Amino acid sequence: MSVTWQRKDLLSLRELSAEEIGKVLSTATVFKEILGRPIKKVPALQGRTVVNLFVEPSTRTRISFELAAVRLSADVVSLDKESSSIRKGETLKDTARNLEALQAGTIVIRHRSAGAAHFLAERLKASVINAGDGSHEHPTQGLLDAFTIQERMGKIAGVRVLIVGDIVHSRVARSNLWALTKLGAKVKLVGPSTLLPKEFAELGAEVSHDLEGALEEADVINLLRIQHERQVHSRVPSIGEYAALFGLTTERFRRCKPGVLLMHPGPIHRGVEIASELADGANSVILDQVTNGLAVRMAVLYLVSGGRGIGGET
Amino acid sequence: MRDIFLQGGLVVDPATKREANGDVLVREGKIAEGKPAKDALVLKVEGLVVTPGLIDPHVHLREPGQSAKETIASGTAAAVAGGFTSVIAMPNTSPVADGPNTIAWMRQRAKETGVANVFATGTISMGQKGEQLAPIGSLRQAGVVAITDDGHCVQNAELMRRALEYARMFDLPVLDHCEDKFLSAGGVMNEGKWSRILGLPAWPSIAEEVIVARNVLLSELTGARVVCQHMSSAGSIRILREARARGVPIDGEASPHHLSLTDDLVEGYDTSFKMNPPLRTRADVEEVKRGVADGTIRFLATDHAPHCTYEKEVEFDEAPFGVVGLETALGIYLTELVHSGMLSLRDMVVKMSTFPSEYFGLGRGSLAVGAVGDVTVIDPERKWTVRKAEFASRGRNTPFEGRELRGRAVLTLVDGQIRHDLDGRASSS
Repeated sequence: MSVTWQRKDLLSLRELSAEEIGKVLSTATVFKEILGRPIKKVPALQGRTVVNLFVEPSTRTRISFELAAVRLSADVVSLDKESSSIRKGETLKDTARNLEALQAGTIVIRHRSAGAAHFLAERLKASVINAGDGSHEHPTQGLLDAFTIQERMGKIAGVRVLIVGDIVHSRVARSNLWALTKLGAKVKLVGPSTLLPKEFAELGAEVSHDLEGALEEADVINLLRIQHERQVHSRVPSIGEYAALFGLTTERFRRCKPGVLLMHPGPIHRGVEIASELADGANSVILDQVTNGLAVRMAVLYLVSGGRGIGGET
Repeated sequence: MRDIFLQGGLVVDPATKREANGDVLVREGKIAEGKPAKDALVLKVEGLVVTPGLIDPHVHLREPGQSAKETIASGTAAAVAGGFTSVIAMPNTSPVADGPNTIAWMRQRAKETGVANVFATGTISMGQKGEQLAPIGSLRQAGVVAITDDGHCVQNAELMRRALEYARMFDLPVLDHCEDKFLSAGGVMNEGKWSRILGLPAWPSIAEEVIVARNVLLSELTGARVVCQHMSSAGSIRILREARARGVPIDGEASPHHLSLTDDLVEGYDTSFKMNPPLRTRADVEEVKRGVADGTIRFLATDHAPHCTYEKEVEFDEAPFGVVGLETALGIYLTELVHSGMLSLRDMVVKMSTFPSEYFGLGRGSLAVGAVGDVTVIDPERKWTVRKAEFASRGRNTPFEGRELRGRAVLTLVDGQIRHDLDGRASSS
């Protein structure tokens, strides 16, 4: 790739160009190859401190970032709400300034408030990576989903992707939408009208409330979690009714193309978004997503640190 | 006390139907006629506009209880710097102004420390909780000019009906921040394309419109005067326009930000653009302006809502709502309404002085002989750049930082005393 990475931070995929997204994906390819070696560690970030500031709880993303930083030989510290002073009433600004005073080079932040990563990036010299901010974006998830599609389908341009679920509250849906449309995929969002407002049609996606009608054409189906912890109660009558209308059952699966990829950002609710057999079935790439997440996060940590010289990449 | 003689300005005083070049004499705190005394302070104001002192019907002075944000002293200093000689203060202080003692304290404090006239409002309900009526009769005796639960819009329509019936006995206006809290559902920005992009909880226009419609019906039922504050949505304006055409005693208020700024400005999550109701779309902005121009909206207010910088420097959804406005409102209104040709200068003065005085019974808003010496001198052509560091207000939370405006108050007289003198005319003459 000829494009060079100029950004200090990774805050959203909306602001990235197709070339920048391509740069992350090609860098991740190199790291994925390294992860396949017996010695999985490279010295790229030796001496650099990466702080995982997870103000909103997350296991999977935090572990993925931790492991990615360790594989790059960075020093890694992880903080959650309980172990930081945020619980004692410290503001996000002060928490971040303290981390910077401790010379953290990169701060990976997960936060319940949309815009929290922007807030830090504007105030700190350290690199800031958004690991999910409220309902805004989850850029590394969008990148790893794009990476997985590219890996399995051999391309992204022209691929038809369905994203199904609670779109309005989903940062994963937004990051996927931006990454995939920029790379030329055709994205259709599917969900109940109360969780998929019409304005999403203005963002470059098709909007539908009919899952069955959308299945046949799909090359990829990305099933999102119905987020119990957010205010869903006034939006769908029950999880059962949601599953009846929008769950990918084995019966509905028969309408799909044979080679369709089934994706899910996890944690999955078996029998709600996706039938248990399908989650474990041959079309499921859910665990590939997890593995690819590691390579993608290594790539992002590496690029925002201004990294050079891995596998001939510049 | 020396006479003050404002010489050679364009006098725009709708109350006396005056709109011509001329002089204004202020003697012993009142508008006078005849020749100035020999030792009069003569201020040449050629090329400037002399109007009755501007009146802002919607400010938050934060005192008592929140003097880190603003005080009566700093808030009224901001008022006069912006050309306002009178402000109507909202009751969401600490303690809440839901009883006559707080009103009496506030009025006394204003007398001691204020540099502009401060008129008080009391609450509709005890503690702004929307459960039990506040002592509206006692509040009125203590001097309030209106009642309002401010940001805590009364959700219970039966209580609102009774409040209107009760206020009607005293012909006391009821001001309402129109927000159905179930529909706004904790939202922090306008519902639309931008809230979808940014992932911020959405506060839809319908949450305002539902309450505007309710207020129209209750105003019509009870005959009470109601003002829908800081109207932000095109739908609200339409409802108000229809109701006013039927003769319902309902009014609306515009704010500078809702007729000049749009929700895409939230893109950078800058909390200077967080206010309640939120910034809406271009179509809404245009309709608010049209509503002002066609007479649907008769008040031009600010909703001046100062906060400490550190309070605003937090995550967007955690930040308090509100922006300051006293020192920028006149410039915005001149730029957006008058210079754009939508509103005449005279009609702006009606909305910013003559009418609010009349509506709330303030006994001001006129340059008639014998009237109170509240006078604002405006340079309608003055180009200036908003710099929050220069504000007299303690609040720095402006959405207009760096904005170029055309038109500014250069001289403000309150009760015949010079309280603002941008160009130092009084000291140099």
